[in-house]
Amino acid sequence: MRSAGYFSRTMLVVGLLFLYAPILSLIVFSFNNSRLVTVWDAAHSPTLKWYGVLLTNGQILEAAWLSIRIALIAATAASVLGTLAGMALARLGAFRGRGLLLGMTTAPIVMPEVITGLALLLLYVALEQAIGWPHGTGPVTIALAHITFCIAYVTVVVQSRLVGFDESLEEAAMDLGASPATVFRRITLPLIAPAILAGWMLAFTLSWDDLVITQFVAGPGSSTLPMVVFSKVRFGVSPDVNALATLMVLLVSVGMVVSAIFMHYRERRRERDVQRAAAANA
Amino acid sequence: MAQLVSPAGRRLVAGIPIAWLSALFLIPFLIVLKLSFSEVRLAIPPYAPLFVLRHGVPVPQLHLSNYTFLLTDPLYARALAYSVQVAALSTIVCLLLGYPMAYAIARSSPTRRSVLLMLVMLPFWTSFLLRVYAWIGLLKSDGVINNVLLALGLVHQPLALLQTDFSVYIGIVYSYLPFMVLPLYANLEKHDLTLLEAAADLGARPVTRFTRITLPQSVPGIAAGSLLVFIPAVGEYIVPSLLGRTDQLMIGRVLSDEFFENRDWPIASAVAIVMLVLLVAPILLLQRFERRELASQELLAQQPEAGS
Repeated sequence: MRSAGYFSRTMLVVGLLFLYAPILSLIVFSFNNSRLVTVWDAAHSPTLKWYGVLLTNGQILEAAWLSIRIALIAATAASVLGTLAGMALARLGAFRGRGLLLGMTTAPIVMPEVITGLALLLLYVALEQAIGWPHGTGPVTIALAHITFCIAYVTVVVQSRLVGFDESLEEAAMDLGASPATVFRRITLPLIAPAILAGWMLAFTLSWDDLVITQFVAGPGSSTLPMVVFSKVRFGVSPDVNALATLMVLLVSVGMVVSAIFMHYRERRRERDVQRAAAANA
Repeated sequence: MAQLVSPAGRRLVAGIPIAWLSALFLIPFLIVLKLSFSEVRLAIPPYAPLFVLRHGVPVPQLHLSNYTFLLTDPLYARALAYSVQVAALSTIVCLLLGYPMAYAIARSSPTRRSVLLMLVMLPFWTSFLLRVYAWIGLLKSDGVINNVLLALGLVHQPLALLQTDFSVYIGIVYSYLPFMVLPLYANLEKHDLTLLEAAADLGARPVTRFTRITLPQSVPGIAAGSLLVFIPAVGEYIVPSLLGRTDQLMIGRVLSDEFFENRDWPIASAVAIVMLVLLVAPILLLQRFERRELASQELLAQQPEAGS
């Protein structure tokens, strides 16, 4: 393996510092006593005061609960629809509508969010005029919008996993008399399960974090967490938002480390199984 | 595989996602297009119907006034030009910073590589909004950067960093850097390193090896990364709202203001259509064309192997 030169390694360090300096400063100042987020009050810090403020703020808690419910629904529905789309693109060969499906699962990833949000709201308004549903906007219209933009991400992840392994396993099972349903349940699904899980987590994160599309389709009554945070920080800094950010960074870090360890052991077990199978055959 | 699933099953597997995305992604754009030819009206919803019944016959009422207005008021052209400029320069900076980062990750040992990749992914998994918010605390006049500069005696008055072009560039480069690094890494990791060794054996110097071998092979990665940064950055709303100038809006903010503040839905729709026609569609078509070309190249490259 040829190692990278000094220049690229230096740039990597610079880039990582650039990525992490703001996050570190968010974390540090979440323990600051002063209301002025950027002036360190050495006499009374570190303190957990802003975590208390955050966790007793009813508006934030309510918004977080709404965001969690929407993200759970959006990620789950998008995983089902995205898996179907990924399977169609990777396994069905040429079919009528393939180009359409490919376009509709690629475009949302790069589409500026203001355009997607505007388009979805206009759809809801036109539907309400035509058939009387949805009656105004709220959690349901937010969830439908989130499912729609999350499908594309799940599709990409599942499709690339399916393209990565060949169809001979599925064909062998078919030759041995397994029905399509059995092949899917016993062969395809276990193989793409990690990709579906990764797609689900990606969709959950994107739904949980979305502000721009949500603002268009939320209506006056329902506020998700990003909407509440945005209205708080729009006119300056707010230390309880630092506390919220710290909790989220902590959660994501723990999640990533746990999933990395899990993947590592899975890989190790798979290697052992392969070795054992080779030994048994010899 | 074609025979693996029954025709009914095939129709369901492809049909369900196509139906969903047509209803909630494709048709909405047609409604935006329709509305962009409508007229604003003080009503709920605030636009005039496109078809008016005259003697029982629906007559279309197409207005081009929204588009002529976009052309006559310089606000829109200026916002669009500014957005393209910000997005283009941010994409270039992301590329200049992200390419060496991706290169260093792709050429490090496997254990270190997964740790480094995780470090690049982690900010991407944490909230976009909160990461942009972090820069307010760093850049404000009594923020961390100014405090450090003042304490070191490098400046005597706080620098105006927030709500400038500088802060917009910082915010966009910062938010979109992982989108550049990841596709570049995916590309660089697949390169065949024996080519570089062969070139070195034949006496090519490092710079030549890079420009003649590594760089041409990474064009698909550069294209994918630039696409993932440039198009969303043109329509970016959060970064300019929190860090940007108040005297020069970006086009995403203009669209949103027309919609929410002025309640002029037809103009907002016309802005969306202009963005789509001028920016998104040409770039996506270009990318599609390029991908088809690359796919055919890959097929050609694989043929001798399959024959042997």
